[in-house]
Amino acid sequence: MALVLTEEQSMLRDSARGLISDKAPVSHLRSLRDSKDPTGFSKELWHSFAEMGFAGLLVPEEFGGSGLGFMEAGVVMEEIGRTLMPSPFLATSVVAASALNRGGNAAQKSEYLPKIASGSLLATLAIDEGAKHRPLQTNLQAVRAGNGFKLSGAKALVVDGHVADLLIVAARTAGSAGERDGLTLFLVNPAAKGVAIERTIMVDAHNAARLELSNVEVTADSVLGEVDQGASLLDGVLDIGRGAVAAEMVGLSDEVFGRTVEYLKSRKQFGKLIGEFQALQHRAAELYIDIEITRAATIKALQALDADVAKAASSVAVAKARAGTTATRAVQEGVQMHGGMGMTDQFDIGFFMKRARVCEELFGDANYHTEQLARARGY
Amino acid sequence: MPDSQASEIESAELEQFRNETRAWLEANCPPEMRKPATSDADVFWGGRNAKFSSEPQRIWFERMRDKGWTVPDWPKEYGGGGLSAAEHKVLRSEMAKMGARPPLSSFGIWMLGPALLKYGNEAQKKEHLPKIAAGEIRWCQGYSEPNAGSDLASLQTRAESDGDDFVITGSKIWTSYANYADWIFCLVRTDPTAKKHDGISFILFDMTSKGVTTKPILLISGYSPFCETFFDGVRVPKSHVVGTVNRGWDVAKYLLQHERAMISGMGERGVGRPLGQIAADSVGTDAQGRLDDSMLRGRIATFDVDEAALAACAERAVDLAKAGQAHPAFSSAMKYYGTELNKRRYEILMSAGGVDALEWESERSRQGARPRAWLRTKANSIEGGTSEVMLGIVAKRILDLPGA
Repeated sequence: MALVLTEEQSMLRDSARGLISDKAPVSHLRSLRDSKDPTGFSKELWHSFAEMGFAGLLVPEEFGGSGLGFMEAGVVMEEIGRTLMPSPFLATSVVAASALNRGGNAAQKSEYLPKIASGSLLATLAIDEGAKHRPLQTNLQAVRAGNGFKLSGAKALVVDGHVADLLIVAARTAGSAGERDGLTLFLVNPAAKGVAIERTIMVDAHNAARLELSNVEVTADSVLGEVDQGASLLDGVLDIGRGAVAAEMVGLSDEVFGRTVEYLKSRKQFGKLIGEFQALQHRAAELYIDIEITRAATIKALQALDADVAKAASSVAVAKARAGTTATRAVQEGVQMHGGMGMTDQFDIGFFMKRARVCEELFGDANYHTEQLARARGY
Repeated sequence: MPDSQASEIESAELEQFRNETRAWLEANCPPEMRKPATSDADVFWGGRNAKFSSEPQRIWFERMRDKGWTVPDWPKEYGGGGLSAAEHKVLRSEMAKMGARPPLSSFGIWMLGPALLKYGNEAQKKEHLPKIAAGEIRWCQGYSEPNAGSDLASLQTRAESDGDDFVITGSKIWTSYANYADWIFCLVRTDPTAKKHDGISFILFDMTSKGVTTKPILLISGYSPFCETFFDGVRVPKSHVVGTVNRGWDVAKYLLQHERAMISGMGERGVGRPLGQIAADSVGTDAQGRLDDSMLRGRIATFDVDEAALAACAERAVDLAKAGQAHPAFSSAMKYYGTELNKRRYEILMSAGGVDALEWESERSRQGARPRAWLRTKANSIEGGTSEVMLGIVAKRILDLPGA
């Protein structure tokens, strides 16, 4: 498989870019932030997204979606990264849709997937409990009660948690924190008794929530996949999310870099364009190389996911680790090279720095994924 | 025929080629040639005075030569294997899987050959390419000069017209293995009055010509792969110019792209065991099987991430070239990152080896193979254009940043 976009993928990119840059430039995020918008994204825009087939991009055609692949999802994520558009695409269309599609039974799929494809249902995965991404450290308890379960515990960094119509919650049905066995995924109605959701206003002005469950009753029908065997389902779903976030970070890095290079070509200091200074030229060149290498690693990971999700772990770890490191470097150089202007809220560059920090933590930071690679290689 | 059907047939043919190739390599590559090279003698460079260090080395070379697989992707009429890009990739991966050594190492293969294929006339191709493929003539490269290294276009070696000949006078430096080479491909100034890129020609001549002398340069690795090379009125027929007189810079640039691609590939040639396992031999592992030096483990893991990402980028660079979307200066980006990464690899290897990696002369250390290789890598970011020159090329040609 060539590591370049196919003609169809290029067309998809162009249409996503057209819509996003037109309707949701960085000023869109800024106005949502400034108005403390209760939804945190534009519902109108999400409907346009759905009409163009993006909401159901990963949903199979039999459930009303377009049945495309992770590479295509990555193409859209990269465009989202360029303008930082807040959108349910990641949580609902990529992560939740993949969880349902991969783990759902016939009834669950036919109930939820068509609604995701039409843009009428928002869903999200609730996984992390501590400050860092540690899926196996899940401690939220699911205790058998009658024909179903009672869930108690807390989750953090639940993307779109306060607007979701469906929560996919990782819980422990057996074993203890740190063990692979005993994890189970549950479909939880956010309106159910005992569910408390607090929207957390985050540094990047994107949607996230804290979730608290106290004795929330769910039926046996709400188990996604197998009881106690949720870890492997979760591995795949998280890797899909990681590939998507890596693609968002590539878009973000590329955009902030492009803005920085333009600035180097227009800003004068000491009677010269600052882009003439070799110290800055070399740093810009290094960053360009970093971004290109990361882009290749990310395409490689997305194609590996399309080929076989279960075998993509190492490629995904490489991509997410690289993307985190590269995005961090890109935004830091972006602010530094813009000088004092880069520090002002009025200038857009800071928005990229904030989003990069959140993307880095989401689904595991560079250290986490580097560690995963070391373990996979047996040292 | 629909595309999907065509590509199915294509992949079935490729699969068959893979099976045949694997079987042939299994039957023909001697076991001794499936271990990593550890010394200079393990590398066969060919040439008029070539000697094989062992019988398996000779057998392996001759079998590969007879199949045209010293240069698998060159046309058959010039001694190549005539393989498509996809078949060549299959052959490389099958050789890598069994750890098969390259049968022939040669600047003729890596650098001159591609330049001749693009810029040489038919007579030059017929004369030189088959001899390169058969390892008969060993080539060296006359580019750098004492006062024109990184600023290559400032070279001063002059070629003065005299009837049907040029008379060449001047000197070159860092000429790899000039003392063993049979012929040289050389940049000379044919028009001293032109702008510095415009008066250069690319010319070929025999190193036994009257007036050529070489002097080896001892390096920090204790080896002497490089030479100073002197030309004192060397007569060379004008027909030995490749491409157009005074337009040698085009050939030189094209060839440099191949050189840079080759040097940037050094990092991934890492045959043998993964770094993490090599390190485990010397520092040991803890109860969980992790390297018993958490900082070193972190450095290796970070290196592995970067190396895997670079490999993806190298693969993508080929795919972009095929799709006609490659930037011509991208080889500079790859050269920069690949060589810096290779230096990092050897710093880690030295760190992992500890005291054992410091032995310079002993059987146990294979005559200091590791420290010598470590020191050798320091040249990677200098030769073929320094890292700083590569970054300058990226800044100006790809990012279009203003000139100083």
